[in-house]
Amino acid sequence: MRPIDSIIQEVRSEAPLVRTFWLDKQLDPAPGQYVMVWIRGVDEVPMSFSSPDTITVQSVGSATQALFNLGAGSSIGLRGPFGNGFVLRGKNILLVGGGVGTAPLAFLGEQARGAGIKVTSLVGFCSSQDIIFQDRFEALGGLIITTDDGSVGIKGHVAEGLKEFDLAEFSQIYLCGPEVMMWDIISRTREHAGKIQACISRYFKCATGVCGSCCLDPEGVRVCVEGPVFMADRLIESEFGRYKRGPDGRKGQCRG
Amino acid sequence: MPSLTVHAGGLTLRNPVMLAAGILGTTGASLRRAALAGAGGVVTKSLGSVPRDGHPGPTIVQVDCGLLNAMGLPNPSYKKFQEEIDIARTGGVPVVASIFGSSAEEFAGIARGLDADAFELNLSCPHAEKYGSELGRYPDLVEAVTGAVKAAANAPVWVKLTPNTADIVELGQAAQRGGADAVVAINTLKAMAIDIETGYPILGNRFGGLSGPAIKPVAVRSVYDLALRLDIPVIGVGGVTSWEDAVEMIMAGACAVQVGTALQKGYGIFEEISLGLARYLERKSMTLEDIRGMAGRHY
Repeated sequence: MRPIDSIIQEVRSEAPLVRTFWLDKQLDPAPGQYVMVWIRGVDEVPMSFSSPDTITVQSVGSATQALFNLGAGSSIGLRGPFGNGFVLRGKNILLVGGGVGTAPLAFLGEQARGAGIKVTSLVGFCSSQDIIFQDRFEALGGLIITTDDGSVGIKGHVAEGLKEFDLAEFSQIYLCGPEVMMWDIISRTREHAGKIQACISRYFKCATGVCGSCCLDPEGVRVCVEGPVFMADRLIESEFGRYKRGPDGRKGQCRG
Repeated sequence: MPSLTVHAGGLTLRNPVMLAAGILGTTGASLRRAALAGAGGVVTKSLGSVPRDGHPGPTIVQVDCGLLNAMGLPNPSYKKFQEEIDIARTGGVPVVASIFGSSAEEFAGIARGLDADAFELNLSCPHAEKYGSELGRYPDLVEAVTGAVKAAANAPVWVKLTPNTADIVELGQAAQRGGADAVVAINTLKAMAIDIETGYPILGNRFGGLSGPAIKPVAVRSVYDLALRLDIPVIGVGGVTSWEDAVEMIMAGACAVQVGTALQKGYGIFEEISLGLARYLERKSMTLEDIRGMAGRHY
């Protein structure tokens, strides 16, 4: 598809470097799917949906900085929704998120509640000022918050909050956040990997499964069309948590 | 089932359906996956002497009957790619390294530094300054680059030609004079798409290359003319999406075909085309040699 034109309806600041953009187009995405956002004259980058008509973006580089310079009434180009999103399974689910990675989980949780599924959430942030969507997660059901500095909730990484739960109780666990955090969770909960769905990120160029820039070792799985949501047991033997490739294809650290 | 084994430009392929350059060729794992899915051979993403990020996005636009791209030769440099080639080789089919440079010396240096089953010289990328078709549209440069790589490489050398020229046969003849073991035709057609809401060119690079079904007739004509006029084999690429397309390309004179844009349908495309080709040959009681260049024998 060619990019479709979308007018930004509203922009809301969620945290110092996080903003939500309301789009005027109904793309009917599933939680976990993404859209390629074209900031004209700058670049095109993949973004997760935080609701059917919003994307929530953390400013991390030139493209997202350029997007932050756009306000209500500005226009962007959109291709998508693309990829495989989360699939709801069972009647009692746990959402585990970190930072801006909580955005697609809030969307998923709301969809799950609408389907009569019990939702519990564990979300972690660096500090109190970085917390986003607290009201949305509170409205879903049980909520545990962690902060790295202990300013709110349990002090420490998201994994610290796992102690509060018996994971065997949940029919499915949904995970999204920085790769180091997701890897930390997956490696601590290996016996549950068959029921953990993780939404991951890789450098995308084409988003149509042909350029190869997002392929995961060692199987060559194309994240842009076969993901970005994968069962965790499929990630355990992959490059995930170990390294990721950049725009030029070289391997680098999987920080963030 | 009839044999699909072909000898193409110094390589023996178990079937004539290869993965084209630039498609799923950034990692050894994805190349290996293409091989395991049934490709007769695979070609890497084009490798240069230094790492490149490529052009800003959008790098791709889906248009009617094709795909427009301006990736901009992103690659980790050939120095970082030997390990990927070694992984790709575990797929059990020949691995062709696509390479690019801005001079004969640069091409030769890369070929000397890589161990691959063959080299495909990218003298045809239409959207990277100083590279690709900026050299490849000049016959004397095509000959010089080919000659330099032939002298440096210990593997067959294929030359991928640009259709963005008045006479592609002239370029093919230059490659042949330089000692090429085969020519590969065609690379993408220089093209552009504009966002009518704003007037912005959609591709980050403004213009790029068109691939897919839209360019197949151009590729068939190019392969036909090259096969009639050259002594070296021609590998056909451009819009091959089905076994019927492969048959048409072989009848035009191709000894093998490469598949790129059609990988949008998934890795199953290799088996789909090979199987269709084998069934066709069986139904016609013919071999690949029988149909190769058939169109040229009707006049």
